[in-house]
Amino acid sequence: MSAHATPRPGTPADETDAHTWTGRARRWLLKKLPPDKLLPEDQPSYVASWSYVFGMGAIASLLWIVISGIVLGLNGPQWYHVSSLGSFVNSTHLWSVEFFFIFMVVHLWLKFWMAAWRGGRALTWITGVLSFVVSIVAAFTGYLLQTNFDSQWIAFEAKDALNAVGVGAWFNAANVGQLFTWHITLLPLAVGAVVVLHVLLVRVHGVAPPLEAAESDAQLLHNRRESTQPPGYTQPPESTESRDAVR
Amino acid sequence: MTGWLVASVGTVGEGTYFGWDGFTIQSGNLIVIVVMIILFVLALVLPFPGGKRRK
Amino acid sequence: MTRKSSSISWRKTDDLASRPWTGSVREYDLIKELIIGVVVVGLLVLGVSAIFGSPDEPSVSLKAWATAAPADFVATATKELAGTSDSAGYGPPYNSTPDATQKVGPVDLQSLSGVRLPVDNASDFVTAPLATLPSPPADLALWTAGTDQQRSDWAAAYSIALAAAPDNDPAKVADGDYGPVPALTGALLDMARQGSLDGVLQSGGNFYNMDYTRSLLFLGDGGYFPGLAASQHLSGDQWGVMNETGDTPGQSWLWLFSLLYQVEPFKSAPNADALVVITMLVLTALLAFLPFIPGLRSLPRKIPLHRLVWKDYYRNR
Repeated sequence: MSAHATPRPGTPADETDAHTWTGRARRWLLKKLPPDKLLPEDQPSYVASWSYVFGMGAIASLLWIVISGIVLGLNGPQWYHVSSLGSFVNSTHLWSVEFFFIFMVVHLWLKFWMAAWRGGRALTWITGVLSFVVSIVAAFTGYLLQTNFDSQWIAFEAKDALNAVGVGAWFNAANVGQLFTWHITLLPLAVGAVVVLHVLLVRVHGVAPPLEAAESDAQLLHNRRESTQPPGYTQPPESTESRDAVR
Repeated sequence: MTGWLVASVGTVGEGTYFGWDGFTIQSGNLIVIVVMIILFVLALVLPFPGGKRRK
Repeated sequence: MTRKSSSISWRKTDDLASRPWTGSVREYDLIKELIIGVVVVGLLVLGVSAIFGSPDEPSVSLKAWATAAPADFVATATKELAGTSDSAGYGPPYNSTPDATQKVGPVDLQSLSGVRLPVDNASDFVTAPLATLPSPPADLALWTAGTDQQRSDWAAAYSIALAAAPDNDPAKVADGDYGPVPALTGALLDMARQGSLDGVLQSGGNFYNMDYTRSLLFLGDGGYFPGLAASQHLSGDQWGVMNETGDTPGQSWLWLFSLLYQVEPFKSAPNADALVVITMLVLTALLAFLPFIPGLRSLPRKIPLHRLVWKDYYRNR
């Protein structure tokens, strides 16, 4: 590393003698989420399935939603009605939302069948569901901001559900001024915050291991034996005996 | 009927709907749902290209 | 041992799921995956947008309504004068009509906000806009001078006569004691056809306006606007909550919300909206707290799709 003597990579030198609030906060953060956990270069051997790509797909879609949304917002609400470029940017905003939900829902289905809340990961599951819910509200306000027939009708229909639970005055589907605040400020901040928290929790806890993984699995046993092996050591093929021994 | 702000926009078509007995689904929504199910199944059955093992 | 390893619990214990993984690992590049994801999704978005675009059905103005369906417009304006339109009997947040709110048992959430967006239907939708005309109709004074009883009698009688007239045509209404109502609604129709009602109703004389509550309530009290929505499969009883105009996908993630409106006991309940929203809140909470719900959380073990996800791992153990 640098010329300064550091005990281990990723561990600050002042870890033990932090006594200020800031120092303690940093020590806690680094303990919870050391840099090599935040930005990992390897993953457990079981992280080998297409099931693991949909969360990243949703995040990529969210980035496109934000980019197209900024372009739409800066050009004002009428632009996309009269400009063909505006109409195209509006289309990318709509379709990135559709992809966002497609990836997020498939991600949710897969994480359910993987029981990914196991081993202290309940909050990761809850923040995931919360990001889904907040995204639904955010998308709904986007539909209300189309300033066309669809938004006109959705505003008329949706007022009943909102009024029935007493929030229609502050979440007035027919008040475009309020909706801009919801759709461009409050809800994107909420989606962003929940998604960031969700991703950080995934990194803190690591990816949940297979449901039927056991201490005696080759992937765990070999590694323990291998800890003395030089780098570049490759695993021998598993014997059937060791597999039977697990059962 | 249309103002100057919507001069270039035509009217959107009727839309295609499938349904029976009070159940109705629009073609676009149906496709999105089918795509999600296909992606779910593919994620489960498609083999994942093997990465480099380390350690 | 195998049984212990397949614990479905959310709790942090000393089992495999709770400890950092100490087994074999594979190379993984987080940043590379993110970049690939952004590029692939970006290409998908650009491609699909170029092929399918997005729908933009023009909005409906009061002018369009008055031009396309004058009889419906006049009948609606008459109901606003009579105080018998949907929005006139809505309750909070628009007015304080007694017993209009949607309650769930004793709980009356609709009344929570109070009348925060007050709407006086006869005045806001009909007489006040007419008063802004350069030469307001003379009958406006007659209406203003009338007692509440007289006004509602005139408007109710005209409402009934309109419904009975051939094609509901205001020109073919039988003679009767309608007071100033035919003149007022006729003047409002002219005002709307000329396009000036849109501006007056939306901005109420102000330069700035972002609030379309009044225009939208008036539009929705008629039959023309909901009829257009129904022809586009957008009504609540047509799963319209999910639908976008044309063939473009809409909010398919609202399928359950939409479904509840199609089935009993929600379908015919007078407080359907309150029931549906509360049911959705409960179901969403169940999904969020699923890791704590016995039975539901065990489904992944009972239906072991996870063996497909981790087929490589299980094969090599």
